[in-house]
Order: sequence, then C-alpha cells, then structure tokens
Amino acid sequence: MKLGLFSTCVADTMFPDAVRATASVLERLGHEVVVPREQTCCGQMHLNAGYRRDAQPLADRFVATFAGFEAVVCPSSSCVGTIRELYPQLLGIDNQITERVFELSEFLVDQLGVEDLGAAYPHRVTYHPTCHSLRVTKVGDAPLRLLRNVRGLELVELPDATECCGFGGTFSLKNAATSSAILADKCQSIESTGAEVCTALDGSCLLQIGGGLSRGGDRARAVHIAEILASR
Amino acid sequence: MKGPTESFPVAANRELGNAQLRSNLGNATSTIRAKRARVVEELPDWEALRDAGSAIKADVLANLDTYLLQFEQALTAAGATVHWARDGAEACAVVAEVARAHGADEVVKVKSLTTDEIELNATLAAQGIHALETDFAELILQLDGDWSSHILVPAIHRNRTEIRDLFQRTIAPDITSDEPGVLAEAARVYLRERFLNAKVGVSGANFGVAETGTLCVVESEGNGRMCTTLPPVLVSIIGIEKLVPSFADLEVFLQLLPRSSTGERMNPYTSLWTGVTEGDGPQELHVVLLDNGRTRVLEDEVGRQALHCIRCSACLNVCPVYSRTGGHAYGSVYPGPIGAILTPQLIGIENAPSLPFASSLCGACYEVCPVKIDIPRVLLHLREKSVDAVGGRTERAAMSGVGWVFGRAWRLRLAQRIGRVLQRPFVRDGVIRRLPPPLSAWTDSRDLRPIAPAHPSDENSGNDDE
Repeated sequence: MKLGLFSTCVADTMFPDAVRATASVLERLGHEVVVPREQTCCGQMHLNAGYRRDAQPLADRFVATFAGFEAVVCPSSSCVGTIRELYPQLLGIDNQITERVFELSEFLVDQLGVEDLGAAYPHRVTYHPTCHSLRVTKVGDAPLRLLRNVRGLELVELPDATECCGFGGTFSLKNAATSSAILADKCQSIESTGAEVCTALDGSCLLQIGGGLSRGGDRARAVHIAEILASR
Repeated sequence: MKGPTESFPVAANRELGNAQLRSNLGNATSTIRAKRARVVEELPDWEALRDAGSAIKADVLANLDTYLLQFEQALTAAGATVHWARDGAEACAVVAEVARAHGADEVVKVKSLTTDEIELNATLAAQGIHALETDFAELILQLDGDWSSHILVPAIHRNRTEIRDLFQRTIAPDITSDEPGVLAEAARVYLRERFLNAKVGVSGANFGVAETGTLCVVESEGNGRMCTTLPPVLVSIIGIEKLVPSFADLEVFLQLLPRSSTGERMNPYTSLWTGVTEGDGPQELHVVLLDNGRTRVLEDEVGRQALHCIRCSACLNVCPVYSRTGGHAYGSVYPGPIGAILTPQLIGIENAPSLPFASSLCGACYEVCPVKIDIPRVLLHLREKSVDAVGGRTERAAMSGVGWVFGRAWRLRLAQRIGRVLQRPFVRDGVIRRLPPPLSAWTDSRDLRPIAPAHPSDENSGNDDE
C-alpha cells in the first residue's frame, strides 16, 4: 500500500524518533511510506480550545495533503480521533480520507492483521492507555497484542490504567495545578509497577507523563510505542 | 441561580491545597466508581437501557409543550394545585405563600438539587421561615453553614470526626463517639420530632409522569418519605425537563439511576405519589413546574442534551478533575462534568466562562452517563461560545499566531528552527526545567521535552509547497 504518514505537529517537533520508527515498522512490512512535506497540524488544539474557525483551514489542509493516499497512518490516537470524529461532526468535512486515517497500532492489528513485528526490547514496560485511544479512536487491545509479541519485553500492568494523565491540551496550561495533581497520581501508579519504561500511543500524553517522571526523578522513562515496535 | 464568583482555576488551586479533602474525595469517588462498575457489568442490556433512557429524554424535550400540559391536567384531576414558575424567585414565592397560609415557620425538606438551584432556603429564611434539611448529609452541611460539594454525597468532603464535633456543638452536646451508627442515631432523634410536628413538607422530584401526574423521588434514608407523607401539606418543585411520558418509562430510569448513582441494584426508598388521596398522606399538594433557564438551554441544538441529566453523579465520580478538586471549585450546585455544561447554559456562558474548560476531555463522563449525554461534545461547543463571548485578546492573538504558523509547512519549519534557538539557554541534560511565563505554567511542575534537532516532515525530498 502507498501510505501517507501524518507525523503530527507534536511528534514531528518533539518525538521525531517515534515518527521515524512508525515509518520503518510500516516499510519493513513492505509498504511505501510517504511523509508529505506539506503537512502541519490537524487542528486539534484549536478545535478543543474553542477556536473552531481557526481549525477549519488546518483541517482543509490536512485533507488536501492526504486525500491521494490509500490510507494514512499516524503515531497519535488523539489526532486520529480529531480527524475521524470531529472533522465530519464539527467542520462539515465530507471526504472519504477521514475514514482511512489510522493510529499505528490499530492499523497494524485491525487493518493489516499483524501482531508480531519481530521486535525485541529487553525492558520492563508498562502501558498507559490514553483517553482518546480508549474512548474516541477505540483501539481496543491492539497495542497490548503488539507489545506482548515483543521479545524480551516484560509487560507489567499499570494500576488505574484508564485514568487520564491530566494533559488535555491547553488544559495543561489553563488548569496547570489540576493537571499536575492528576499527573502526580499517574506517575505514582507508574512507579509502583517498577517499570523502566511507560509507553503510550500519543506524544502529547507522553510529553506530560515524561515531564512528570523526569521532574520527580522517577526511574521510568516515557517512550512512544512505535519506538518499541521498531526495536530490533 | 448563583454562579461561580471566581474562575475555576483560581478556585481549584485553593481546593487542591486541602490535603484532607483530596484524600476524602479520592477514597469516596473510587469506592463508588468500583461499586457502579460492578452492578453495571452484571446487566447484559445496559447499553440498550442507556439508548432507551436517551431516546425517552430526547422525546420528552422535543414534545415538552404537550407533555407539560398533559402532566398539569393529570395533576389537577388528581387534586393537586399546579404552579408555573418562570424562575427561582417565582418558585420560592409559591413555597413561602403556602407556608404562610398554614402558619408554618418551619418546613421539612427532602434532599433536592432543584431547591438548592433556586436558593429556596435562603429566600425562605429572609421571610422568617426555616427550611430544615432532613437528608443526613444535607443536615450536616446546614448545621455548619457549609454547602454541597457532590450531587449525591453532599458532605463527601467531610469526615466523621468533623461530623461528631459539629453535632457536639449543635444538636447532640452529649455525643462522644464518631461511630456512623451513633451519629445517625443523633440525627434521627433530632429529626423525628420535627417530622411529626411539621405542617409543610417540601420536595423536588426525580421524575414526573406526564400520563398520570405521578411524582417520583428516589432516596436511601427514608427521611424523604417522612417529608412527603407526614406533613399535611406538600410542595413539590420539579424542573420541567424531569418528565417522562408514561408510567412504564420509569422502568428504564429506575434501573439506570440507582446503578449509576449509588452503585446499588435498587435504591432503598422509591416514593411515588399521585395528587391527593383522602385520609392518606398530605391533603394538600402543590406542584411547581420550574423553568429557570431550561427553555433557553432547550433552544441550543447541541447543548440541550444536558437536560437529559437524571442527576446520578456517575460523571463526577469518574472525572479526573472533579476527583481532585471537589465540587466547591465549580462554584455551583451542579459540579463536575455535568455542572461544567449545565451551569453555563442555565445562567449564561458569560457568567461561568471558565467552567467548560475545567476538563481534560478524557471522555470518561460520556462513557458512564446513563442517558448518553455527550459531555465532551457539549464542552467543545460551550468553549467556542465562551471564547466568542468573553475570550481574552492575548489568547486570541496567540491562537491566531499558532494558526498562522500551522497554515503553511514552511512556517512550521521556521518556527521549529526559531524555537530551537530560543530554547538553548533553558535546556539542561536534555530537558527544559524552567521557562518564563506563560510557559512556566508547564515547567512549574513538569519538565519539558525540548524541540528536536531535526524533523521527519523536513526529511523528505521535494520542495516546500509555498
């Protein structure tokens, strides 16, 4: 398949290795992956912050950039959710490509039927299911199926896993104290597992979790799932 | 209805500083949340029930004019007097008039959010009429001049030692133990005499059946039933959105509500009454149909689903924000996710502009809502209204600036490059620990990952688009 890779503004800017890993996982499976230079941001921040009109040109731009691909893969469930759910609902976008945008793990498991990528990652890892992957994009257990097939990876269950990390986009700044209080509990849960790595599908949540773990001097690091799946 | 007197972030900051509150809330919400999950899981048709609940409410709202007149007719035929109240003041005036007509200087009250919404107690007090709260938790708050922080468990922020001390100061000077049984007995002794002597009872209603004129109150303690059966006169105030078309529809809601609310299969007391029955219960029944902003909410096609709410409080218990800040931070009788969408709509977005932003948009509220209110969707809708109504110029400019940057790929690349230069003095050991305002809001409690040295969208061959 000729796949478009939507790197997302957050991952492109701060988690480039997650984007590169996404490309290499897909290429190893024999797909042609293109990261269009024209891409920028899906408009999620504007949509979620009450600036719908400012999101419109960004959404139109996304559609124009990616409409020619068979499918678009993205290392972020919340961006996928924005495109799949909010574009038609809030921006009146009626383009078939919005239904062909997938988060990496759901694309691998549900669209390609692949669960074992031959990856190896000899670490103790806990998985944080991000809110939008659970409740908007609804990736189900796809990420866990993939992680269970990684050689050497010891997967440990995260207590209160489905609790939010407290990021919430502009919420993390506007309501910084509440955001941090929620994060503190998440970091505590992660530490209680003794994991070296906390992984998730979303760069934005990993920005929050990683920032909390690092500030607290905690042992665990935040790593995007694509990087684990691309490890050999 | 009173709105918040300060913005949510300011109020939340204060509440977050209360360690006792945080731990009480954490324990209480996680306990109820687990109970709810257990009893919901055992129903194979839970999703169908939610669909039914949502459909019935949507039908009621779409045909409210018809159902309200039917309800009025049925009530009148059953011997009740129906009053229409445009706002809280009109509703309170009905209660005051009834109390005065019967020479009552005290009325006994069933726990009711609607009466809190219209500030009934304060309005009656100003006219020399004491409204006695008879719900155990509401009584605690009333004795201490405090106010509710949770729809279902109003005193969730108080623990039993605090309650024992309060009772010592007020209704039971001799009490020494803080055992729940002892505390409950003290309240029971205090309340029983008041029930028997009360001339007027006041209630809200969970449901009103349009077809029959029946009112329904669900509760756990039985004190509500004391109020609706012992006094010779009863005034029930019901929001106009609380109707259900037929008696059979109660079947759906009496399953949805207790399981979502207390995590019980069935609540201990379900009281149903239809008008006046000679020789049994109150011989005079007044029913006040309250608008108080509801018809305005109804006008909004996206926002109106907030009127589906059956006040179960499941959304509060699963909310990461509510379970940290508690209810007082919301500055309204309707706290938590439902409050964040209901309060601004009832009192006008300009009077509560920060509430729709009091959410991380995690969606847990929508997942548990028994009548499927898409709270995140309404939050986005109200955020847009809030920005349009009272949005700050600085934020507007920042958002436009970011939008401009994202408008062309070369601008994003340029911004990434400039950011890399600007961040240099702040990066230590691969992280940013301190930034100047407004970004210090992030770095005060979290490290920030720096902008990377290179970007995948820039690694492809080809020319820039513009």
